[in-house]
Amino acid sequence: MSEQFEPEIVAFVCTYCTYAGADLAGTSRLKYAPNVRIIRLPCTGRISPMFILKALQKGADGVLISGCHPGDCHFTHGNYHARRRWMVFRALLNFIGIPPERIKYSWISAAEGLKFADLINSITEDIRKLGPFEQYDKLIAETEAQASL
Amino acid sequence: MSKIGVFICHCGENIAAKVDCTRVAEVLGDHPGVGASVEYKYFCSDPGQESVKRAIRENNLTGVVVAACSPRMHEATFRKACAEAGLNPYMCEIANIREQCSWVHNDGEQATDKAIDIIRSMVEKVKRNNMLQPIEVPVTRRALVIGGGIAGIQAALDIANAGQEVVLVEREPSLGGHMAQLSETFPTLDCSQCIMTPRMVEASQHPKIRLLTYAEVEHVDGYIGNFKVKVRMKARYVNKDTCTGCGECITKCPQKKLSSEFDCGIGKRTAIYTPFAQAVPNKPVIDKDNCTYFKNGKCKVCVKSCPLDCIDFEMQDEFIDLEIGAIVVATGFQVQNNAVYGEYGYGKYADVINGLQFERLASASGPTSGKILRPSDGKEPENIVFIQCAGSRDPSKGVKYCSKICCMYTAKHAMLYAHKVHGGKSNIFYMDIRAAGKGYDEFTRRAIEEDEAGYVRGRVSKVWQENGKLMVRGADTLLGRPVEVAADMVVLATAMVPQPDAKDFAKVVGIGYDEYGFFNEAHLKLRPVESSTAGIYLAGACQSPKDIPDSVAQASASASKVLALFSKEKLEREPVIAVNNEATCAGCWGCVLACPYNAIEKKDILDRSGKVIKRVASVNPGLCQGCGTCVTFCRSNSIDLAGFTEKQIFAEVMGL
Repeated sequence: MSEQFEPEIVAFVCTYCTYAGADLAGTSRLKYAPNVRIIRLPCTGRISPMFILKALQKGADGVLISGCHPGDCHFTHGNYHARRRWMVFRALLNFIGIPPERIKYSWISAAEGLKFADLINSITEDIRKLGPFEQYDKLIAETEAQASL
Repeated sequence: MSKIGVFICHCGENIAAKVDCTRVAEVLGDHPGVGASVEYKYFCSDPGQESVKRAIRENNLTGVVVAACSPRMHEATFRKACAEAGLNPYMCEIANIREQCSWVHNDGEQATDKAIDIIRSMVEKVKRNNMLQPIEVPVTRRALVIGGGIAGIQAALDIANAGQEVVLVEREPSLGGHMAQLSETFPTLDCSQCIMTPRMVEASQHPKIRLLTYAEVEHVDGYIGNFKVKVRMKARYVNKDTCTGCGECITKCPQKKLSSEFDCGIGKRTAIYTPFAQAVPNKPVIDKDNCTYFKNGKCKVCVKSCPLDCIDFEMQDEFIDLEIGAIVVATGFQVQNNAVYGEYGYGKYADVINGLQFERLASASGPTSGKILRPSDGKEPENIVFIQCAGSRDPSKGVKYCSKICCMYTAKHAMLYAHKVHGGKSNIFYMDIRAAGKGYDEFTRRAIEEDEAGYVRGRVSKVWQENGKLMVRGADTLLGRPVEVAADMVVLATAMVPQPDAKDFAKVVGIGYDEYGFFNEAHLKLRPVESSTAGIYLAGACQSPKDIPDSVAQASASASKVLALFSKEKLEREPVIAVNNEATCAGCWGCVLACPYNAIEKKDILDRSGKVIKRVASVNPGLCQGCGTCVTFCRSNSIDLAGFTEKQIFAEVMGL
C-alpha cells in the first residue's frame, strides 16, 4: 500500500474544557493531524453511547470523548456520569465486537492546548495502526442483503 | 423546507490562507437545503454583519451557519445580527474553521476538506434547530440570610442598605455567632464585641431587616427568584413582644449551675437565660430540658419575678412561611471536639482547653472577667503550652485541611497572655506558621519578638499530669531532640469543622457539600460565592475555614450577587435547558438522580375528576443549567436538551 491510511475520527467534547482547549491549540497555532471532527456539547454528561455507535455506523474509524478533569466539571459532576457510563459501555463494546481501542476517553482542560494537539496526533496514529473500521460495513451489507431477500 | 445561509469568513488571511474558501462556498452551495453560500473577508465587521442581515431578508433564510472563528468569540455577535434581521437567534450556529481548522493544519487541501465537513455538519444541525425563546423568571425581591454571625449580619446589612428586604434567621437566641465569643481580634487586637455589637444592633433595628432569632429553616422549595421557605420559630417560653429584658427572671432562677454554651462550658448560666449580656434581642429564653418547672412541674420562680407576665410555659413552636428571591447561607462552623486526641488529655484534665475556651477566659465579658485563670483551681498559670494544628492537617483525624486561622489566633493568645500575666512563659508547638494576610506576618513576628512567645517546631506526643503540673512531651525538630515542658495550662488550637448538621441542612436547602461537610461553591476560583444551586449564595466559614476579614468580604460579595439578581423584575436566561415529553415519560426518575441541580420535579397528571393518573418528570426552567446529563439517563427518550437535541446531534454526526 503506497498511500497511508487516513482514519476518520469523531470527537465528542464538552464546551467548557476540551472545546476551549482545542481553541487554545488553535490560538497557539499548534499543528496537529487533520483527521478529527469535533462535535461540541454542553457537557460530557450529555454524551449518549448511541452517539458513538452512530459515528461508527457513519464510517468513523475511531471516536474520542473528552471533557473536564475530574472535579472541574462546570456542571459539578457531568464528567463523572460520563466516566461511569463509559466504564459500562466499554464492557458492552467487547460484547458487540467493537474493539474498545477505537474509542478513546480523556480529560483536557481549557488550558491544555498542547495536550489536545498531542492527543489528536497520538490517537490518529493509534487508529491508523488499527486500520479502517469495517465491522459495520459487513453488518450493514448483511442486513441489506437479508432485507432484499 | 430549510433555506440555510452559509457565510464563509476569510478572517483576513487567517482562514483564507489555508482553506480554499471559494471551493468551500461552491460545495456548500450545492448541499441540499442551502439557500445561499457566500464568502467574505470579515463577516464580523459592520458591513459583514449587514451582508448577513441582507441575505437573510432577501433569501428568506430559515437558518444561518457562519463558518468563522470559535463560537466562543462571535456566536453572540451573529445571533444578535440574526435577531435584528427578524430571524430567531437560536437558528444561527457557528462552524469553527479557524481555531479548529485553518490555524492547526499545514496542508491546504486537507484543511479545506475538513472545513467542508465542519460546515456541512453544522448545516445539518441548523436544519433541525428550534426557534427557542429566552426564559423569563419572575424575581421576588426579598432575601433570606441564614445565620446571624458576622457573615450573615454583613450580608443582611449590605442587602438592606441597598433598599431590599431581608429576613435574617438565627437559630441561637441571639445574633452574634462565634465572633461575639472572641476576646480580641488579630491583627489589630481590637475588642471583638466592641466592633461586633454595634453591627448586631444595626441589623436588629434596620427597617428593611426582619430578624428571626431562635428560629430554624425547616424547608426550602422553589428555585431562583421564587423560593418558598418554611421557618420554625422555636418556643422561647417568654413573650418577646412584652419582655423588656429587665433580667429579673434570670437573677431569680434557682437553676444556676448549667454549663454555658456561649462560654464553651467554662462558665455557668441559669435555665432562663440570654446567652450573653449584650445579646440581640436582649430577651431570655427558657432551656426546656433543664428548667425545674418543665422537669418537676414545680418552681415558676420566673413567673413570680416577672413584672410584666411574659413567661408562658404553654408556648408552642410556630411556623412562618416566607416568599424569598435569593438565599445567603452563612451558617458558620464549630470547633472540633478535641477528645479525638486522647493523648492530649482534653476532657480528662480541666486545664487542657481549646482555643475558643481560651477566648472566653481572655474576654472581658467572660466567666473570669478577662483574667487568665486555670479552670481547675482558679490560679493564674505561670506557664502555658499552646499546641497548634490540634486536629487540622491530620488525615488520621479526618481533617486534611489547614484551618487557616489557628496560627494567627495562637499568636494572639500568646500576646494576650503576655499582656495579662506578666512574666508568664508561653511555648507554642507548631508545624508551620501560616500567616498570609494583611498585617499577619508582622503580627506573628510581634508575638515572637516583643511578647517573647517561645515557638518550638514539632508535634506534641503526650500530655499528662504530674505534681499538679501538666507535663507536655514533644519534639523540637529544628534541634532534633525531644522536649518536655511542665505547664500550668495547655491550649489546643482546635480545627474548624462544619456544623454537626451541615450535611442535613445542605439537603434541606438543596446545595452541595464536600467530603467534610463544608458547602460547595459553584466554581472554586471564578464563582466562589455562588452555590451550585442558582439563587443560593454562600458566605463565611460554612464554605471553608475563614477568618473575619475573609468572611466579611465573602458576605459582601454574596450580597452584591443578590442585589444584581434583584436589579431586574424578571430574570432572563438562555433557553438551553432540558425539556420533557410528558406523554412518553414513564416516571422512572433516572433524570432526578442524574440532575446536579435538583431541577427535576415530580409532577402529577390529573384526569378531569382530579384523580392522579400518572406522575411524570417536570423540568424547572429556573433551576436547569442545561448540562444534558438527564437526557442521556432517560430510558424512554422523553427528555431532550433544547439547542442540543438528539436529532440535532445525530444530524451533525451524519453530516460529517
